[in-house]
Amino acid sequence: MEFGATLKPRAGVPIFVDRANIVAALKDRVPMSNIQDRIAKDVAENDVLLFMKGTPVFPQCGFSAAAVGILSHLGVKFKAVDVLKDPEVRQGIKEFSNWPTIPQLYVKGEFVGGSDIMKEMFEAGELGSFLSEKGIALESA
Amino acid sequence: MPMQATEIEKLIRSAFPDADITITDLAGDNDHYAAMVTSAAFKGKSRVQQHQMVYEALKGRMGGVLHALSLQTAAKD
Ligand SMILES: N[C@@H](CCC(=O)N[C@@H](CS)C(=O)NCC(=O)O)C(=O)O
Repeated sequence: MEFGATLKPRAGVPIFVDRANIVAALKDRVPMSNIQDRIAKDVAENDVLLFMKGTPVFPQCGFSAAAVGILSHLGVKFKAVDVLKDPEVRQGIKEFSNWPTIPQLYVKGEFVGGSDIMKEMFEAGELGSFLSEKGIALESA
Repeated sequence: MPMQATEIEKLIRSAFPDADITITDLAGDNDHYAAMVTSAAFKGKSRVQQHQMVYEALKGRMGGVLHALSLQTAAKD
């Protein structure tokens, strides 16, 4: 491997013991698809997955709060990913489903929509039946 | 840099000339809007596809220049 091209020598620091610089050079070489792979894995491994801002207990955005509210109301167990903790995930999830906003709901690997679509489906009584059809347990009535 | 409601409407209008479009400035800050778009172009499309069509009309501004948009779409005959 050859890192010469991306290493930027700093005055007074011998280049091959400058750990920060080597780590930065290596990081440049991690393929772009890495974040997409991570997201795909998370989506595949969690039956109900919500990408949101903040946490279910402390949502950091009204749209995310609405999404959490609907899932909780339906009594659905879900995993939440806080995109505010990782700018790469915040950007990567937008590319993953060609969907420029947060929140994003995934059920059994399928992208369902953002909070407006969740609201529409919920109000039409469709979200509960969609989840049941997918074999997701609902705790509430 | 926020966006003006008229600019949002113009972009949507150019992609959906037949559309009924209502834009509401939710917070009065030119950054949180609600849009209701009804167009024949949505016929036969899923909700996700309908929203994606509107985002496409906004040409990459959604989630960037335009921070938040509550969106409602419907097909018209
Ligand atoms: N129409 C969207 C509204 C969501 C929305 O506008 N989200 C904004 C504000 S939280 C967003 O994610 N902006 C891009 C960003 O913050 O990265 C939905 O139904 O979910």
